[in-house]
Parts: sequence; C-alpha cells; structure tokens
Amino acid sequence: MSRQDVLVTADWAEKNLGTEGVVFLEVDEDTTAYDGGHLPGAVKVNWTTELQDGVRRDIVDAEQFSALLSAKGVQNDDTVVLYGGNNNWFAAYAYWQFKLYGHADVKLLDGGRKKWELDGRTLTTETAERKATTYTAQAADTSIRAFRDEVVDAIGQKNLVDVRSPDEFSGKILAPAHLPQEQSQRPGHIPSAINIPWSKAANEDGTFKSDEELTKLYGEQGFDGSKATIAYCRIGERSSHTWVVLHELLGHGDVKNYDGSWTEYGSLIGVPIELGAR
Amino acid sequence: MCGVPDQGIVLPAGTDLTKETVLAGKVVAGGEPVGGAYVRLLDGTGEFTAEVVASASGDFRFFAAPGTWTLRALSRTGNGEAQLTADAPGLHTTEVAVG
Repeated sequence: MSRQDVLVTADWAEKNLGTEGVVFLEVDEDTTAYDGGHLPGAVKVNWTTELQDGVRRDIVDAEQFSALLSAKGVQNDDTVVLYGGNNNWFAAYAYWQFKLYGHADVKLLDGGRKKWELDGRTLTTETAERKATTYTAQAADTSIRAFRDEVVDAIGQKNLVDVRSPDEFSGKILAPAHLPQEQSQRPGHIPSAINIPWSKAANEDGTFKSDEELTKLYGEQGFDGSKATIAYCRIGERSSHTWVVLHELLGHGDVKNYDGSWTEYGSLIGVPIELGAR
Repeated sequence: MCGVPDQGIVLPAGTDLTKETVLAGKVVAGGEPVGGAYVRLLDGTGEFTAEVVASASGDFRFFAAPGTWTLRALSRTGNGEAQLTADAPGLHTTEVAVG
C-alpha cells in the first residue's frame, strides 16, 4: 500500500464529486452532522445503527454489511471515499470494516470534514439518493480484527498500542474529555501496552502526518516493527485511525484492531489491569 | 479567566458540578460569536486531549479534570487560543478570540 492507495486529498475529492463509480460516504460520531451540510452527493452512514448490530454487542456481519451497502447504492467495484468529523475517527472505523469485508477500493478523505470546512469548500443539505444495488461482502478477514482472548495472550508478547489520551491510559478518566464519564468499567490499561494517542498521528487540520513523521513517532514511543500489533482505544474507532496508520500507511503486516477495546476489556472479570502512566 | 458562569450554558441532565470539571466558553471574533469552529483542548504540556465543534452560537464544552488547559480554536476566519485554569471541579468558562 502507498499513501495514494489509502488517502485522497480534498482537491481530488472536489474534482470527483460527480464521477461515475466514485461514492462518497459520510460517517460521523455526531450522527446529525450530515444533516447540517455534507459533500454534494455524499450518502450518510449512521455508525450507531448501521455499522453495529442492533441487538448483539458486535459490528454488523457480512450479510448485514451487504444489505447496508446495497441499500446505500454501493457496488462492489465502486471506489468508496469515506470521510467524517472528529478527525475521521468514525470514517476510519468504517474504512476498517470495508477492509474487513473485502471491499477492493476504499479510501479516506485526508482531513475529513474539518479540513473541508476550514477550507471553505461547498457543503449542501440536499440528501443524496442512490439507486439500490446488489452488494456482496466477503467473509470477514479476521487477520485485521482482534478478539479479547488473543488480546490477553498478547500481553508482553505483541505490541499493544493504547491510542487513548494519557489520562484515559493512566486510569484517571474513562472516556475522552468531550464526553461525560461513564462508570461501567474499571479504569486503566492492558499490561505492557504502550500509549501512543491517535492524535499524535494527525495534524491540527485533521490530515495524517507524513510517513517520515509517523515512523519517527512510533519508533520513539517503543513500537517494535518486528512484532505483531494490536491497537485499541475505548470503543474501537480511534484505534481504527491508528490501524490505518500502522497497517495501511506504514505497511506493517500483522496489525489488528481490537474493536472491543477498553469497554470490553475493562469489564472482563479477572484479567490483569495496569494503572498509572508508563 | 474563570468569570461568572454564563447562564446560557446548558449542561447534560445529571451533571454533578461538585464532581465534574466542566470547561466551557464561546468562540468570538471582534466580540461577535463565531459558530462552527473546531475547538481543541490541550493539556498543561500542550498535548492534545479532545476536540469539539462549537455550536452555531460559538459555544463549546469539555468534561476534563482540574489543571491548566489551553483552548485552541480553528475557524475559517482564523485561529486563536486561551488559557483556562481549573483549580477544582465545577464550571469554568472562557472566551476564545479568533482572527
């Protein structure tokens, strides 16, 4: 993979808004952001109701993913460009799911909504409609998804990259600072994890830092490129951002996103937890 | 710095200001509110902590902890920042001027 296979610039996106075979999908943490204005022609994906199962605590399965993309009017050979607010957290989470279900050509709009807005580019409130398709997802590629038992087994063995803020890592707080603090889990981090907040990989305008800067950042923080890696955060969206960096931009081979993340791990009975800064 | 709380600031139901440290305020340019700015919360070392989008009336809010914080706003009309020191839980407010 190279950067051009993973990211598109805002300039490229602006020129390709109406291009046949290119589909723009907006995924936001704030699921009402799309309604207030979005890229012309972009279709909304609601991560809370459309990328997660409505009953079981899990992401959608291959069948549900197929049904979703069919309803959104996406074809298997379309180039899908994902973007969203919050520095593309949830767009990266969707990107990881597109990769999980084998979509051939998916990209992220570098900088997401933030750069687009700060650049003063066009937004519309007109809802885009696309003709339904018959989309077929592939079986989930579990080489990029980690589950709880392998996370416990990875302690002291693999790179465990905790991408939350330092205060969440140390156990001082349980959720990012723009959210009320939930109390359902124990605070702390997985023993042996290194703390490299996702935000260090992004520039102020939401674009990803250069490959050189990213390589230097992870190297300095104790990331061992010769080992397999599991990234986690609180609910798996910020770690998707870091998964994109490590697996897609820097090309590390064995990198998994642990989407259960701290909400699952911090609720497990009997697993080891470490407190404090590293 | 920590002025009289703006009565217009709406906190989620159940927010306990004896326990939560809420940092809130307004993004302004020339005294007028600026809506839709990206407001970044940086900790005492300048490290990124969180980011929100200000409302149409320029209002923003974070749940944080006591300490010294920087609020940095990015907007189409320019960027700006303000310092805010929260010595205890409660509501702490500031304006961030951009331009």
